[in-house]
Amino acid sequence: MNTITGLTLSQLVHGLRTGDFSSREAVQAYLEQIERLEPNLHAFISLAPEQALAQADIADSRLAAWRKSGENPIPPLLGVPMAIKDVLCVAGLRCTAGSRILENFIPPFSATAVERLLEAGIIVLGKTNTDEFAMGSSTENSGYWVTHNPWNLERVPGGSSGGSAAAVAADMAPAALGSDTGGSIRQPAAFCGISGIKPTYGRVSRYGLIAYGSSLDCVGAFARQVSDVALIYSLIAGHDERDATSMDYPKPQVNLNGKDLKGLRVGIPDEYFIAGIQAEVEASVREAIQVLQTLGAAVERVSLPHTEYALPVYYLIAPAEASANLARFDGIRYEPRSEAESMWGVFYRTRGERFGAEVKRRIMLGTYALSAGYYDAYYGQAQKVRTLIKTDFEQAFEKVDLIAAPVAPSTAFPIGRHSDDPLAMYLEDIFTLPANLAGVPGLVFPVGFDANGLPVGMQLMGPHFGEDILFKAGHAYQQVTDWHQRKPPLIDKAFT
Amino acid sequence: MSLTLAEVEHIAELARLALSDQEKARFCEQLSDILEYAARLQALDTTSIPPTASVLPERSVLRADEAHPGLPVQELLRNAPKIEAGQFCVPPVLELD
Repeated sequence: MNTITGLTLSQLVHGLRTGDFSSREAVQAYLEQIERLEPNLHAFISLAPEQALAQADIADSRLAAWRKSGENPIPPLLGVPMAIKDVLCVAGLRCTAGSRILENFIPPFSATAVERLLEAGIIVLGKTNTDEFAMGSSTENSGYWVTHNPWNLERVPGGSSGGSAAAVAADMAPAALGSDTGGSIRQPAAFCGISGIKPTYGRVSRYGLIAYGSSLDCVGAFARQVSDVALIYSLIAGHDERDATSMDYPKPQVNLNGKDLKGLRVGIPDEYFIAGIQAEVEASVREAIQVLQTLGAAVERVSLPHTEYALPVYYLIAPAEASANLARFDGIRYEPRSEAESMWGVFYRTRGERFGAEVKRRIMLGTYALSAGYYDAYYGQAQKVRTLIKTDFEQAFEKVDLIAAPVAPSTAFPIGRHSDDPLAMYLEDIFTLPANLAGVPGLVFPVGFDANGLPVGMQLMGPHFGEDILFKAGHAYQQVTDWHQRKPPLIDKAFT
Repeated sequence: MSLTLAEVEHIAELARLALSDQEKARFCEQLSDILEYAARLQALDTTSIPPTASVLPERSVLRADEAHPGLPVQELLRNAPKIEAGQFCVPPVLELD
């Protein structure tokens, strides 16, 4: 059993500081774990072993100097390896967004969220697989390869941040960054049995995040336990003048002390416990809500009456925004280019030959929804119904502090199940889309397993900028349960 | 809501996507299904509801009008398929015949 990769993020920080092991040893341990499991999981698109080891040596000398002098505080995550979803730019490291249209893109700058973590001392192990341009719910739409779920290799890890979630679940990284436009952090966290946060819209800068749906995109994090997710969140959140949508709010103070939830009002939305949801998912979520109750929380029913409209609203608004955002990929500014005699020919061919089916589908859908004669009926109407969905949450949060619900109607589904039916794939997102449309934060953590041994997650949604309440409740839950400590059997098998 | 092949071709042209005949036929069917699903939004009366373009409070975002060094041009052009004289090189925009 590899002892370093079995540690949580905070244990890793502790071990590095006390000198139990060096950053080089930690990076090496994760690289070995990746080498061992990657042929089964395909969680990464690019790896950066040489850079990672070189940075580890720098971190080790800083740690040694710090231990000697004991002065000058060191960055909070100095020498800690992490994985980054391949839609976030890391300067000098290839960034593909899971697309063949960006297969040679080397960003000259880092995303703000990445930069803040680099300043906090992290070491980037590699870039994780994603559905192309983050469009998907299974990581099957990657232009590179399909990521497999560490709990069952025939199942999807969820998506679009499936590579990040699988990497953390399989101990290939103690934590990872992801992005969530319609559930892309929360659903893979649930499918892979780990914890993840989609912050409030505007809480974390999107500078350097390759845009998909700009009124919905959020950068967030994965780790095994809620307290570690909260730590990363507290490091990446905060105003950034390079992103006009990042809110000028004070840096978050995350206080996880204690497990007493007395006075906390938890809302249970009727619309999230509907016919068709897998019985074990409902049972595990209801049990988890009872745990919150035993910790002192008061539970009451709430209603989010427009929930059923979130799916059609999302699949008009997100593709509309995507069709505009992806116009920049035309073979002029980024390699590769499909040559043609005219500029228009270059556009048509480069885009036609290098975008995958789902990306083309969403560009087509969005272009249609925005086109003359259909704008009011589709895009305009979707924006109005979005107001109703947002108002549902505002009204609910007048009564309760947070809302507890399932993350997805089922546990991880088999690879290939929805490959010919995009609408069926979209239906996987029904419980995660509303939070993006309303801009509210969502925290996911494991609350059980189904009969096939697949993890079940629960999501807590809070009011705008209410992440601290979610973390407090999630951390309290994890102090009295051990679902988050369970690991896929494949981790140990690989060592025998 | 059913899309015709001609409509699919028109959208593909607006979106600058070269599609094969097979893709056109598939999108015809799949986009029709999705739009039919989306048609349920028409059932809601939204006459008095304002649209939400962003969940953030409406505000102007300004920063001090000060010059800062940007990234070097050479760095920014490094990912381009073709460059010439410090600029992106593109095929003819106007076709001469």
